[in-house]
Amino acid sequence: MRGWLAEEGAKGASVAALSTVAVFGLAVWAVLRSENWDAVQSQFFNPENFAEAWPDVLQGFWLDLRMFAIAQIAILVFALLVAVVRSLRGPAFLPVRLLAVLYIDLFRGVPLILAILLFGFGVPALDLPGVPRSPLFWGVTTLVLSYSAYTAEVYRSGIDSVPESQRSSARSLGLTQWQSLRYAVLPQAVRNVVPALLNGLVSLQKDVALVSVLGVREAVREAQIYTSLTFNYTSYVAATVLFLLISVPAARFADWYSARDRARRSQMAA
Amino acid sequence: MTGDHAVARLRLDGVHKRFGAKVVLEGIDLVVHEHEVVCLIGPSGCGKSTLLRCVDLLERIDRGRILLDGRDITARGIDTNAVRKRMAIVFQSFNLFPHLSVLDNVTLAPRKAHGVRRSQAEAKARDLLGRFGLADKADEYPERLSGGQQQRAAIVRALTIDPDLLLLDEVTSALDPELVGEVLAVIRELARSGMTMVLATHEMGFARDVADRVCFLHEGRVLESGPPAQVLRDPTQERTRQFLSRIIDAGRL
Repeated sequence: MRGWLAEEGAKGASVAALSTVAVFGLAVWAVLRSENWDAVQSQFFNPENFAEAWPDVLQGFWLDLRMFAIAQIAILVFALLVAVVRSLRGPAFLPVRLLAVLYIDLFRGVPLILAILLFGFGVPALDLPGVPRSPLFWGVTTLVLSYSAYTAEVYRSGIDSVPESQRSSARSLGLTQWQSLRYAVLPQAVRNVVPALLNGLVSLQKDVALVSVLGVREAVREAQIYTSLTFNYTSYVAATVLFLLISVPAARFADWYSARDRARRSQMAA
Repeated sequence: MTGDHAVARLRLDGVHKRFGAKVVLEGIDLVVHEHEVVCLIGPSGCGKSTLLRCVDLLERIDRGRILLDGRDITARGIDTNAVRKRMAIVFQSFNLFPHLSVLDNVTLAPRKAHGVRRSQAEAKARDLLGRFGLADKADEYPERLSGGQQQRAAIVRALTIDPDLLLLDEVTSALDPELVGEVLAVIRELARSGMTMVLATHEMGFARDVADRVCFLHEGRVLESGPPAQVLRDPTQERTRQFLSRIIDAGRL
Protein backbone atom coordinates (compact mmCIF):
# COMPACT_ATOMS: atom_id res chain seq x y z
CA MET A 1 0.00 0.00 0.00
CA ARG A 2 2.69 2.44 1.02
CA GLY A 3 4.86 1.41 -1.90
CA TRP A 4 2.06 2.09 -4.32
CA LEU A 5 1.47 5.50 -2.77
CA ALA A 6 5.16 6.37 -2.93
CA GLU A 7 5.29 5.33 -6.56
CA GLU A 8 2.24 7.43 -7.33
CA GLY A 9 3.91 10.34 -5.48
CA ALA A 10 7.12 10.05 -7.46
CA LYS A 11 5.21 9.76 -10.72
CA GLY A 12 3.05 12.75 -9.73
CA ALA A 13 6.14 14.84 -9.02
CA SER A 14 7.76 14.11 -12.35
CA VAL A 15 4.52 14.86 -14.21
CA ALA A 16 4.27 18.17 -12.36
CA ALA A 17 7.87 19.10 -13.17
CA LEU A 18 7.48 18.21 -16.82
CA SER A 19 4.26 20.12 -17.33
CA THR A 20 5.65 23.15 -15.48
CA VAL A 21 8.74 23.29 -17.69
CA ALA A 22 6.59 22.83 -20.78
CA VAL A 23 4.12 25.60 -19.93
CA PHE A 24 6.69 28.17 -18.82
CA GLY A 25 9.04 27.25 -21.67
CA LEU A 26 6.24 27.79 -24.16
CA ALA A 27 5.38 31.17 -22.67
CA VAL A 28 8.99 32.37 -22.71
CA TRP A 29 9.51 31.09 -26.23
CA ALA A 30 6.34 32.91 -27.40
CA VAL A 31 7.54 36.19 -25.90
CA LEU A 32 11.11 35.91 -27.19
CA ARG A 33 10.15 35.12 -30.77
CA SER A 34 7.71 38.04 -30.90
CA GLU A 35 8.79 40.49 -33.62
CA ASN A 36 8.84 43.40 -31.21
CA TRP A 37 10.80 41.67 -28.49
CA ASP A 38 13.97 43.67 -29.14
CA ALA A 39 12.10 46.96 -28.90
CA VAL A 40 10.23 45.82 -25.78
CA GLN A 41 13.45 44.66 -24.22
CA SER A 42 15.15 48.02 -24.61
CA GLN A 43 12.00 49.88 -23.54
CA PHE A 44 11.11 47.79 -20.47
CA PHE A 45 14.09 45.66 -19.55
CA ASN A 46 17.05 47.90 -20.12
CA PRO A 47 19.73 47.24 -17.46
CA GLU A 48 21.20 50.74 -17.72
CA ASN A 49 17.86 52.44 -17.29
CA PHE A 50 17.08 50.04 -14.46
CA ALA A 51 20.23 51.06 -12.60
CA GLU A 52 19.56 54.73 -13.30
CA ALA A 53 15.93 54.67 -12.10
CA TRP A 54 16.50 52.36 -9.15
CA PRO A 55 17.60 54.85 -6.43
CA ASP A 56 14.60 57.16 -6.87
CA VAL A 57 12.12 54.32 -7.22
CA LEU A 58 13.59 52.66 -4.16
CA GLN A 59 13.26 55.85 -2.19
CA GLY A 60 9.65 56.14 -3.35
CA PHE A 61 9.08 52.57 -2.31
CA TRP A 62 10.36 53.34 1.16
CA LEU A 63 7.54 55.88 1.37
CA ASP A 64 5.11 53.19 0.17
CA LEU A 65 6.23 50.92 2.97
CA ARG A 66 5.81 53.63 5.59
CA MET A 67 2.36 54.56 4.27
CA PHE A 68 1.45 50.87 4.30
CA ALA A 69 2.62 50.34 7.87
CA ILE A 70 0.84 53.36 9.27
CA ALA A 71 -2.36 52.73 7.29
CA GLN A 72 -2.43 49.05 8.23
CA ILE A 73 -2.20 49.74 11.94
CA ALA A 74 -4.83 52.47 11.73
CA ILE A 75 -7.12 50.16 9.72
CA LEU A 76 -6.89 47.27 12.17
CA VAL A 77 -7.78 49.55 15.07
CA PHE A 78 -10.42 51.74 13.41
CA ALA A 79 -12.17 48.85 11.65
CA LEU A 80 -12.45 46.96 14.92
CA LEU A 81 -14.03 50.01 16.49
CA VAL A 82 -16.56 50.27 13.66
CA ALA A 83 -17.35 46.55 13.86
CA VAL A 84 -17.89 46.75 17.61
CA VAL A 85 -20.16 49.77 17.25
CA ARG A 86 -22.09 47.95 14.56
CA SER A 87 -22.62 44.91 16.74
CA LEU A 88 -23.75 46.81 19.85
CA ARG A 89 -27.22 45.83 20.99
CA GLY A 90 -30.07 47.79 22.42
CA PRO A 91 -32.17 50.67 21.14
CA ALA A 92 -29.89 53.31 22.69
CA PHE A 93 -27.15 52.43 20.22
CA LEU A 94 -29.32 52.71 17.11
CA PRO A 95 -27.89 56.07 15.96
CA VAL A 96 -24.26 54.94 16.11
CA ARG A 97 -25.19 51.62 14.54
CA LEU A 98 -26.82 53.46 11.65
CA LEU A 99 -23.80 55.69 11.31
CA ALA A 100 -21.52 52.67 11.10
CA VAL A 101 -23.70 51.06 8.43
CA LEU A 102 -23.83 54.27 6.43
CA TYR A 103 -20.07 54.67 6.58
CA ILE A 104 -19.45 51.09 5.50
CA ASP A 105 -21.92 51.32 2.59
CA LEU A 106 -20.46 54.58 1.41
CA PHE A 107 -16.82 53.57 1.41
CA ARG A 108 -17.43 50.12 0.03
CA GLY A 109 -19.51 51.59 -2.76
CA VAL A 110 -16.94 54.04 -4.12
CA PRO A 111 -13.93 52.91 -6.19
CA LEU A 112 -10.81 53.43 -4.10
CA ILE A 113 -9.09 55.56 -6.74
CA LEU A 114 -12.12 57.84 -6.92
CA ALA A 115 -12.22 58.21 -3.14
CA ILE A 116 -8.51 59.10 -3.14
CA LEU A 117 -9.01 61.74 -5.83
CA LEU A 118 -12.05 63.21 -4.08
CA PHE A 119 -10.44 63.42 -0.65
CA GLY A 120 -6.93 64.19 -1.84
CA PHE A 121 -7.95 67.13 -4.01
CA GLY A 122 -11.32 68.00 -2.45
CA VAL A 123 -10.56 68.40 1.23
CA PRO A 124 -7.41 70.55 0.85
CA ALA A 125 -9.38 72.73 -1.60
CA LEU A 126 -11.88 73.51 1.17
CA ASP A 127 -9.02 75.24 2.94
CA LEU A 128 -10.47 74.56 6.37
CA PRO A 129 -8.51 76.04 9.26
CA GLY A 130 -6.52 73.45 11.20
CA VAL A 131 -7.12 70.73 8.61
CA PRO A 132 -3.99 69.34 6.98
CA ARG A 133 -3.62 70.03 3.26
CA SER A 134 -0.95 67.51 2.42
CA PRO A 135 -1.97 65.05 -0.33
CA LEU A 136 0.11 62.44 1.46
CA PHE A 137 -2.03 62.85 4.57
CA TRP A 138 -5.31 62.65 2.69
CA GLY A 139 -4.12 59.80 0.51
CA VAL A 140 -3.28 57.66 3.52
CA THR A 141 -6.44 58.76 5.32
CA THR A 142 -8.58 57.67 2.37
CA LEU A 143 -6.81 54.33 2.27
CA VAL A 144 -7.59 53.90 5.95
CA LEU A 145 -11.24 54.91 5.56
CA SER A 146 -11.81 52.70 2.54
CA TYR A 147 -9.99 49.64 3.82
CA SER A 148 -11.54 50.01 7.26
CA ALA A 149 -15.01 49.70 5.73
CA TYR A 150 -14.07 46.30 4.31
CA THR A 151 -12.09 45.25 7.32
CA ALA A 152 -14.96 46.16 9.66
CA GLU A 153 -17.12 43.70 7.77
CA VAL A 154 -14.40 41.07 8.12
CA TYR A 155 -14.34 41.65 11.87
CA ARG A 156 -18.12 41.57 11.98
CA SER A 157 -18.23 38.19 10.27
CA GLY A 158 -15.78 37.08 12.96
CA ILE A 159 -18.02 38.43 15.71
CA ASP A 160 -21.03 36.70 14.15
CA SER A 161 -19.09 33.43 13.98
CA VAL A 162 -18.77 33.28 17.77
CA PRO A 163 -21.73 31.28 19.09
CA GLU A 164 -24.43 33.27 20.86
CA SER A 165 -23.99 30.94 23.84
CA GLN A 166 -20.56 32.47 24.47
CA ARG A 167 -22.14 35.87 24.89
CA SER A 168 -24.93 34.58 27.16
CA SER A 169 -22.35 32.72 29.15
CA ALA A 170 -20.34 35.89 29.73
CA ARG A 171 -23.43 37.96 30.45
CA SER A 172 -24.74 35.38 32.90
CA LEU A 173 -21.53 35.77 34.89
CA GLY A 174 -22.39 39.41 35.43
CA LEU A 175 -20.08 40.88 32.80
CA THR A 176 -21.42 43.97 31.07
CA GLN A 177 -22.16 44.01 27.37
CA TRP A 178 -18.81 45.66 26.73
CA GLN A 179 -16.87 43.27 28.99
CA SER A 180 -18.51 40.28 27.32
CA LEU A 181 -17.37 41.57 23.95
CA ARG A 182 -13.91 42.47 25.16
CA TYR A 183 -13.05 39.32 27.08
CA ALA A 184 -15.23 36.58 25.58
CA VAL A 185 -16.34 37.43 22.05
CA LEU A 186 -13.65 39.60 20.42
CA PRO A 187 -10.62 37.40 21.17
CA GLN A 188 -12.39 34.48 19.48
CA ALA A 189 -13.75 36.67 16.68
CA VAL A 190 -10.35 38.11 15.78
CA ARG A 191 -8.70 34.72 15.87
CA ASN A 192 -11.35 33.46 13.44
CA VAL A 193 -10.63 36.15 10.86
CA VAL A 194 -6.82 36.40 10.96
CA PRO A 195 -6.50 34.69 7.53
CA ALA A 196 -8.95 37.19 6.01
CA LEU A 197 -7.11 40.08 7.68
CA LEU A 198 -3.82 38.85 6.22
CA ASN A 199 -5.39 38.86 2.76
CA GLY A 200 -6.39 42.47 3.26
CA LEU A 201 -2.83 43.24 4.31
CA VAL A 202 -1.39 41.80 1.10
CA SER A 203 -3.89 43.80 -0.90
CA LEU A 204 -3.22 47.08 0.91
CA GLN A 205 0.50 46.69 0.38
CA LYS A 206 -0.13 47.13 -3.36
CA ASP A 207 -2.95 49.64 -3.17
CA VAL A 208 -0.81 52.26 -1.42
CA ALA A 209 0.53 52.94 -4.93
CA LEU A 210 -2.84 54.52 -5.79
CA VAL A 211 -1.84 57.53 -3.73
CA SER A 212 0.44 58.37 -6.67
CA VAL A 213 -2.56 59.95 -8.44
CA LEU A 214 -2.28 62.80 -5.94
CA GLY A 215 1.31 63.43 -6.97
CA VAL A 216 2.75 61.83 -3.84
CA ARG A 217 6.24 60.73 -4.79
CA GLU A 218 6.06 57.06 -3.93
CA ALA A 219 7.53 54.30 -6.11
CA VAL A 220 5.02 54.37 -8.96
CA ARG A 221 5.10 58.16 -9.12
CA GLU A 222 8.90 58.15 -9.21
CA ALA A 223 8.80 55.56 -11.98
CA GLN A 224 6.34 57.71 -13.89
CA ILE A 225 8.59 60.74 -13.55
CA TYR A 226 11.56 58.78 -14.83
CA THR A 227 9.52 57.55 -17.79
CA SER A 228 8.33 61.02 -18.69
CA LEU A 229 11.91 62.24 -18.73
CA THR A 230 13.51 59.36 -20.67
CA PHE A 231 10.65 57.71 -22.61
CA ASN A 232 11.86 54.43 -21.16
CA TYR A 233 9.59 52.17 -19.14
CA THR A 234 12.20 50.13 -17.27
CA SER A 235 11.51 52.18 -14.13
CA TYR A 236 8.04 50.57 -13.97
CA VAL A 237 9.68 47.16 -13.99
CA ALA A 238 11.91 48.33 -11.14
CA ALA A 239 8.83 49.34 -9.15
CA THR A 240 7.16 46.02 -10.02
CA VAL A 241 10.16 44.11 -8.70
CA LEU A 242 10.04 46.04 -5.43
CA PHE A 243 6.34 45.41 -4.87
CA LEU A 244 6.72 41.73 -5.67
CA LEU A 245 9.62 41.43 -3.24
CA ILE A 246 7.21 42.25 -0.43
CA SER A 247 3.84 41.01 -1.65
CA VAL A 248 4.84 37.51 -2.72
CA PRO A 249 6.40 36.54 0.62
CA ALA A 250 3.47 38.19 2.38
CA ALA A 251 0.98 36.17 0.33
CA ARG A 252 2.98 32.97 1.00
CA PHE A 253 2.90 33.78 4.70
CA ALA A 254 -0.87 34.36 4.61
CA ASP A 255 -1.37 31.01 2.88
CA TRP A 256 0.91 29.25 5.32
CA TYR A 257 -0.89 30.76 8.27
CA SER A 258 -4.34 29.87 6.90
CA ALA A 259 -3.28 26.29 6.30
CA ARG A 260 -1.87 26.01 9.80
CA ASP A 261 -5.04 27.56 11.21
CA ARG A 262 -7.20 25.05 9.31
CA ALA A 263 -5.09 22.17 10.59
CA ARG A 264 -5.39 23.45 14.15
CA ARG A 265 -9.16 23.72 13.86
CA SER A 266 -9.69 20.28 12.39
CA GLN A 267 -7.53 18.92 15.17
CA MET A 268 -9.66 20.72 17.72
CA ALA A 269 -12.86 19.38 16.17
CA ALA A 270 -11.52 15.82 16.25
CA MET B 1 -36.46 24.49 55.45
CA THR B 2 -37.63 28.05 55.83
CA GLY B 3 -41.33 28.54 56.49
CA ASP B 4 -43.68 30.29 54.10
CA HIS B 5 -43.62 33.46 56.16
CA ALA B 6 -40.01 34.12 55.21
CA VAL B 7 -39.21 35.96 51.99
CA ALA B 8 -38.48 33.42 49.30
CA ARG B 9 -35.08 33.48 47.66
CA LEU B 10 -36.77 33.16 44.28
CA ARG B 11 -40.38 33.67 43.37
CA LEU B 12 -42.03 33.52 39.97
CA ASP B 13 -45.51 35.01 39.66
CA GLY B 14 -47.45 34.18 36.51
CA VAL B 15 -44.44 34.30 34.21
CA HIS B 16 -45.28 34.27 30.52
CA LYS B 17 -42.80 33.96 27.70
CA ARG B 18 -43.35 33.50 24.01
CA PHE B 19 -41.01 33.33 21.05
CA GLY B 20 -42.93 34.74 18.12
CA ALA B 21 -46.16 32.78 17.93
CA LYS B 22 -44.85 29.96 20.12
CA VAL B 23 -45.90 30.24 23.74
CA VAL B 24 -43.23 28.66 25.92
CA LEU B 25 -44.17 29.71 29.44
CA GLU B 26 -47.83 30.22 30.19
CA GLY B 27 -48.13 31.48 33.71
CA ILE B 28 -45.39 29.89 35.79
CA ASP B 29 -45.71 30.17 39.57
CA LEU B 30 -42.78 28.92 41.56
CA VAL B 31 -41.27 29.57 44.97
CA VAL B 32 -37.76 28.55 45.97
CA HIS B 33 -36.55 29.12 49.52
CA GLU B 34 -33.00 29.53 50.71
CA HIS B 35 -31.04 26.25 50.82
CA GLU B 36 -33.76 24.55 48.84
CA VAL B 37 -33.06 22.34 45.83
CA VAL B 38 -35.84 22.35 43.26
CA CYS B 39 -35.78 20.03 40.26
CA LEU B 40 -37.70 20.90 37.13
CA ILE B 41 -38.74 17.85 35.16
CA GLY B 42 -40.86 17.40 32.08
CA PRO B 43 -40.70 16.50 28.41
CA SER B 44 -38.34 18.29 26.02
CA GLY B 45 -39.73 21.65 25.00
CA CYS B 46 -41.85 22.04 28.13
CA GLY B 47 -40.05 25.27 28.98
CA LYS B 48 -37.51 24.18 31.61
CA SER B 49 -34.52 25.84 29.94
CA THR B 50 -36.48 28.94 29.03
CA LEU B 51 -37.61 29.28 32.62
CA LEU B 52 -34.01 29.18 33.87
CA ARG B 53 -32.87 31.63 31.19
CA CYS B 54 -35.68 34.00 32.16
CA VAL B 55 -34.62 33.85 35.82
CA ASP B 56 -31.06 34.71 34.80
CA LEU B 57 -32.49 37.59 32.73
CA LEU B 58 -31.03 36.15 29.55
CA GLU B 59 -34.55 36.27 28.14
CA ARG B 60 -37.02 39.05 28.78
CA ILE B 61 -40.38 37.84 30.09
CA ASP B 62 -43.61 39.01 28.49
CA ARG B 63 -45.83 39.01 31.54
CA GLY B 64 -45.63 38.30 35.26
CA ARG B 65 -42.70 38.98 37.58
CA ILE B 66 -39.65 37.33 39.02
CA LEU B 67 -38.54 38.24 42.53
CA LEU B 68 -35.14 37.63 44.05
CA ASP B 69 -35.27 37.97 47.84
CA GLY B 70 -38.53 39.86 47.46
CA ARG B 71 -37.21 42.33 44.91
CA ASP B 72 -38.71 42.39 41.43
CA ILE B 73 -35.79 41.79 39.07
CA THR B 74 -37.94 42.02 35.96
CA ALA B 75 -39.05 45.56 36.76
CA ARG B 76 -38.14 48.39 34.46
CA GLY B 77 -34.83 50.11 35.12
CA ILE B 78 -33.36 47.23 37.10
CA ASP B 79 -29.59 46.82 36.80
CA THR B 80 -29.40 43.40 35.14
CA ASN B 81 -25.67 43.12 35.72
CA ALA B 82 -26.11 43.64 39.43
CA VAL B 83 -28.79 40.95 39.50
CA ARG B 84 -26.67 38.50 37.52
CA LYS B 85 -23.78 39.03 39.90
CA ARG B 86 -25.86 37.34 42.57
CA MET B 87 -26.73 34.21 40.62
CA ALA B 88 -25.08 31.88 38.19
CA ILE B 89 -26.22 29.48 35.53
CA VAL B 90 -24.52 26.35 34.24
CA PHE B 91 -25.45 25.34 30.72
CA GLN B 92 -26.01 21.99 29.08
CA SER B 93 -23.13 22.60 26.65
CA PHE B 94 -20.72 24.00 29.30
CA ASN B 95 -20.06 27.22 27.32
CA LEU B 96 -16.55 27.58 28.66
CA PHE B 97 -14.48 30.20 26.86
CA PRO B 98 -12.28 28.17 24.50
CA HIS B 99 -9.59 30.85 24.22
CA LEU B 100 -8.98 31.02 27.96
CA SER B 101 -7.32 28.53 30.28
CA VAL B 102 -9.50 26.87 32.90
CA LEU B 103 -8.08 29.20 35.52
CA ASP B 104 -8.85 32.30 33.42
CA ASN B 105 -12.34 30.97 32.66
CA VAL B 106 -12.97 30.62 36.34
CA THR B 107 -11.47 33.94 37.43
CA LEU B 108 -12.85 36.16 34.65
CA ALA B 109 -16.10 37.05 36.40
CA PRO B 110 -14.65 37.66 39.87
CA ARG B 111 -11.91 39.86 38.42
CA LYS B 112 -13.91 41.82 35.86
CA ALA B 113 -17.43 41.89 37.26
CA HIS B 114 -16.72 41.77 40.98
CA GLY B 115 -13.45 43.65 41.11
CA VAL B 116 -11.56 40.94 42.98
CA ARG B 117 -7.76 41.17 42.70
CA ARG B 118 -6.17 38.59 40.42
CA SER B 119 -4.05 36.97 43.12
CA GLN B 120 -7.04 36.64 45.40
CA ALA B 121 -9.33 35.35 42.63
CA GLU B 122 -6.77 32.80 41.53
CA ALA B 123 -6.14 31.51 45.03
CA LYS B 124 -9.84 30.96 45.52
CA ALA B 125 -10.23 29.43 42.05
CA ARG B 126 -7.40 26.96 42.62
CA ASP B 127 -8.93 26.02 45.94
CA LEU B 128 -12.33 25.35 44.34
CA LEU B 129 -10.79 23.52 41.37
CA GLY B 130 -8.98 21.32 43.86
CA ARG B 131 -12.19 20.61 45.72
CA PHE B 132 -13.78 19.38 42.49
CA GLY B 133 -10.81 17.31 41.37
CA LEU B 134 -9.50 19.74 38.78
CA ALA B 135 -6.36 20.98 40.55
CA ASP B 136 -4.07 19.75 37.76
CA LYS B 137 -6.30 21.17 35.01
CA ALA B 138 -6.11 24.84 36.02
CA ASP B 139 -3.66 25.79 33.29
CA GLU B 140 -5.13 23.62 30.54
CA TYR B 141 -7.43 24.90 27.84
CA PRO B 142 -11.02 23.56 27.88
CA GLU B 143 -10.55 21.55 24.67
CA ARG B 144 -8.00 19.39 26.49
CA LEU B 145 -10.55 18.34 29.13
CA SER B 146 -13.12 15.57 29.00
CA GLY B 147 -16.79 16.55 28.91
CA GLY B 148 -17.22 15.77 32.58
CA GLN B 149 -14.17 17.83 33.50
CA GLN B 150 -15.40 20.72 31.37
CA GLN B 151 -18.78 20.67 33.06
CA ARG B 152 -17.16 20.57 36.49
CA ALA B 153 -15.00 23.52 35.46
CA ALA B 154 -18.16 25.34 34.36
CA ILE B 155 -19.71 24.65 37.75
CA VAL B 156 -16.60 25.99 39.48
CA ARG B 157 -16.80 29.07 37.26
CA ALA B 158 -20.35 29.59 38.50
CA LEU B 159 -19.33 29.08 42.12
CA THR B 160 -16.44 31.54 42.23
CA ILE B 161 -18.84 34.45 42.44
CA ASP B 162 -20.53 32.94 45.55
CA PRO B 163 -23.98 32.94 43.99
CA ASP B 164 -27.08 33.17 46.16
CA LEU B 165 -28.84 31.08 43.56
CA LEU B 166 -27.42 28.48 41.22
CA LEU B 167 -29.31 27.50 38.07
CA LEU B 168 -28.39 24.27 36.33
CA ASP B 169 -29.76 23.65 32.87
CA GLU B 170 -29.60 19.93 32.06
CA VAL B 171 -25.94 19.93 32.92
CA THR B 172 -25.47 16.21 32.28
CA SER B 173 -27.41 15.91 29.02
CA ALA B 174 -24.42 16.55 26.78
CA LEU B 175 -22.18 14.08 28.60
CA ASP B 176 -21.26 10.50 27.77
CA PRO B 177 -23.08 8.20 30.22
CA GLU B 178 -19.91 7.23 32.08
CA LEU B 179 -19.14 10.90 32.79
CA VAL B 180 -22.56 11.77 34.23
CA GLY B 181 -21.77 10.41 37.68
CA GLU B 182 -18.85 12.71 38.41
CA VAL B 183 -20.93 15.80 37.65
CA LEU B 184 -23.91 14.60 39.67
CA ALA B 185 -21.55 13.97 42.59
CA VAL B 186 -20.49 17.60 42.45
CA ILE B 187 -24.10 18.79 42.52
CA ARG B 188 -24.91 16.46 45.41
CA GLU B 189 -22.01 17.97 47.31
CA LEU B 190 -23.37 21.45 46.60
CA ALA B 191 -26.84 20.47 47.79
CA ARG B 192 -25.33 19.16 51.02
CA SER B 193 -23.47 22.41 51.52
CA GLY B 194 -26.78 24.29 51.41
CA MET B 195 -26.58 25.91 47.98
CA THR B 196 -29.95 27.14 46.74
CA MET B 197 -30.44 25.50 43.37
CA VAL B 198 -32.97 25.19 40.61
CA LEU B 199 -32.11 22.51 38.15
CA ALA B 200 -33.68 21.21 35.00
CA THR B 201 -32.88 17.56 34.62
CA HIS B 202 -33.75 14.31 32.91
CA GLU B 203 -32.01 12.29 35.61
CA MET B 204 -35.04 11.20 37.65
CA GLY B 205 -33.05 9.02 40.03
CA PHE B 206 -30.86 11.98 40.78
CA ALA B 207 -33.86 14.29 41.22
CA ARG B 208 -35.30 11.82 43.71
CA ASP B 209 -32.06 11.81 45.73
CA VAL B 210 -31.12 15.43 45.71
CA ALA B 211 -34.31 17.49 45.38
CA ASP B 212 -36.35 18.95 48.19
CA ARG B 213 -39.07 19.48 45.68
CA VAL B 214 -39.81 18.29 42.16
CA CYS B 215 -41.86 20.37 39.73
CA PHE B 216 -43.38 18.80 36.66
CA LEU B 217 -43.66 21.26 33.80
CA HIS B 218 -46.06 20.67 30.98
CA GLU B 219 -46.89 23.04 28.12
CA GLY B 220 -45.51 26.06 29.91
CA ARG B 221 -47.14 25.47 33.29
CA VAL B 222 -46.16 23.86 36.58
CA LEU B 223 -48.62 20.99 36.47
CA GLU B 224 -47.56 19.30 39.66
CA SER B 225 -45.17 20.07 42.45
CA GLY B 226 -44.20 18.34 45.66
CA PRO B 227 -41.65 16.19 47.47
CA PRO B 228 -39.82 13.85 45.08
CA ALA B 229 -41.21 10.73 46.73
CA GLN B 230 -44.74 11.89 46.05
CA VAL B 231 -44.36 13.39 42.57
CA LEU B 232 -42.12 10.66 41.21
CA ARG B 233 -43.83 7.66 42.85
CA ASP B 234 -47.42 8.72 43.22
CA PRO B 235 -48.21 11.62 40.91
CA THR B 236 -51.69 13.09 41.04
CA GLN B 237 -51.77 14.26 37.45
CA GLU B 238 -52.34 11.99 34.49
CA ARG B 239 -49.73 13.88 32.39
CA THR B 240 -47.09 13.37 35.05
CA ARG B 241 -47.92 9.68 35.16
CA GLN B 242 -47.58 9.37 31.38
CA PHE B 243 -44.27 11.21 31.40
CA LEU B 244 -42.87 9.10 34.20
CA SER B 245 -43.96 5.84 32.65
CA ARG B 246 -42.11 6.80 29.47
CA ILE B 247 -39.04 7.57 31.56
CA ILE B 248 -39.33 4.25 33.39
CA ASP B 249 -39.69 2.44 30.06
CA ALA B 250 -36.49 4.11 28.95
CA GLY B 251 -34.84 2.76 32.09
CA ARG B 252 -34.00 6.13 33.59
CA LEU B 253 -35.78 5.85 36.93
